[in-house]
Amino acid sequence: MTALAHSALPTQVGLLAGRAVRRIVRQPAQLVFPILFPLILLAVNTSGLDAATRLPGFPTASYLDFALAIPFMQGALFAALNGGQDLARDIQGGFLDRLAMTPMSGAALLAGQLGGALFMGVVSAVLYLVVGVAFGAGIASGVGGALVLVALAIAISFAFACFGTFVALRAGTGEAVQGFFPLFFVLLFLSSAFFPRDLIEQDWFRVVATYNPVSYMVEGIRSLVITGWDWQALVQAFGLSALAIAAFLALSARALRTRLVRT
Amino acid sequence: MTEERAIDVAGLVRDFKGGVRAVDGIDLHVGAGEIYGFLGPNGAGKSTTVKVLTTLLPPTAGRATVAGYDVAKDGAKVRAAIGVALQDVALDPMLTGREHMRLQGGLQGIPRAERGRRGDELLERVGLSDAADRKSSTYSGGMKRRLDLALALLHSPRILFLDEPTTGLDVQSRTALWDEVARLAREEGTTVFLTTQYLEEADVLANRVGIIDRGRIVAEGTPAALKAQVARPTVELVPHDIGECAAVGAALAPFGARVPPRTAGSIAVRLDSGADQLADIVRALDNANISVANLALHEPTLDDVFLAKTGRSLEGAADVPEEAAPDRERVLA
Repeated sequence: MTALAHSALPTQVGLLAGRAVRRIVRQPAQLVFPILFPLILLAVNTSGLDAATRLPGFPTASYLDFALAIPFMQGALFAALNGGQDLARDIQGGFLDRLAMTPMSGAALLAGQLGGALFMGVVSAVLYLVVGVAFGAGIASGVGGALVLVALAIAISFAFACFGTFVALRAGTGEAVQGFFPLFFVLLFLSSAFFPRDLIEQDWFRVVATYNPVSYMVEGIRSLVITGWDWQALVQAFGLSALAIAAFLALSARALRTRLVRT
Repeated sequence: MTEERAIDVAGLVRDFKGGVRAVDGIDLHVGAGEIYGFLGPNGAGKSTTVKVLTTLLPPTAGRATVAGYDVAKDGAKVRAAIGVALQDVALDPMLTGREHMRLQGGLQGIPRAERGRRGDELLERVGLSDAADRKSSTYSGGMKRRLDLALALLHSPRILFLDEPTTGLDVQSRTALWDEVARLAREEGTTVFLTTQYLEEADVLANRVGIIDRGRIVAEGTPAALKAQVARPTVELVPHDIGECAAVGAALAPFGARVPPRTAGSIAVRLDSGADQLADIVRALDNANISVANLALHEPTLDDVFLAKTGRSLEGAADVPEEAAPDRERVLA
């Protein structure tokens, strides 16, 4: 028997991440839509809702500064959905079985899959920031804060990607992943993304937004743009992202073990 | 380590949720270098058997070794020894043929320098060199199958599993694939376990055929031995006067049961006691004053074998409800 050297984990991760990135780049709809749509929404909101800044207690005089956090969240949602659907396609089409026939490790598959999400996270975060600044958004925390903002956006994007990966592995169909799309958007709308929490008049809405983890992710990004260095907001945003990454990564690993039923 | 038996299966059972027993206690052995054809209609349990043997599904009961390793315990060793092309072509539509080979080669642990060379060599062999840099989504069905086969062969497996490799292919692609599979067994000594619902495929390619129906092997042997076992040729004839069809049917009735003819407009009867009856048939037709335009004696086919063993024809057998199948013992007797 020919002794086949098992390829090292980094090689496997590199190959699978390379494939994930290629797959994204070769489906323009996956690259352009998630990046363009949030920017268009930002432009529409900024021109239409600028009057909101005159409300007493509104944290900034520029709605663009306030709303800049939203595209980062929307981009993360799109990336999670697309990544999850790609993975579901692998499962449905049998490509995962083909991979399972190789000595590939499950960890490499997850890392490779999430490598694609990381790529999307970096590209879109940098782009949103550049566009925002180009249109006059001021980053109160300065250049260092901008770097932290990109890092936070990537962490959030990664957390959502872990969730999308988990759903894909658990359900195994693109339809199931698609089914979470409305839920994601409800989560975003019922957060402080579009309105500061302390200005929300409806009690139930304020309560939901307070318990909605998405609020704290948004507020983490927002704090860097309009407040400066708000350590509490940053710890909350990074902490929640890390928590979500850890939880959904663990769940994904378990779902993958069930999915890769190879003996 | 060399083993005489590449595949050894004893009492294999696989149940699915809801009590569906897809594989119901099969025993089979495949020798090294042999091409084994696993023949049966849709839903007979072929693909499930392949998934168990390729470690993608654990068996419910029974034992199976592939390349000398237990499929339930030594999955990784089994996988290193086998190549698999499953029924549904498993490709990434966004990757080119060459990229598929690189990815698969890398995951198989083939060193980087060798990866490209071996991949290109296989692409050449399956006739995809010109299309190597096109996305697989642009490939025809036959090209996809060929790429799938090349991927299965990348790590030079000793045992190759092909699950319905030619389903949906045109005649040309089918013949090309047959040639390649035959060459692999002949020149490289690769053991091939091939499932198919095409009799012709099993007949042309396989050294030995196992016929599976409803999760059980109902017959096994070389195609020739299986056909000899049935040993009942069919006589098929066309009367000069089409109006005499009914009379021909009546004259032939004592010799055997009517079966669907191979050519439209003729009458076919499976002979109860073999080709020896031919003289009696001619006499009977003569006595009835029937003039015959054409008369042919057909040797039994694997379809006849399937019919004899299961009471159903392979074509459309999957659609026959459970109760419709006659008692197997009676048919066999």
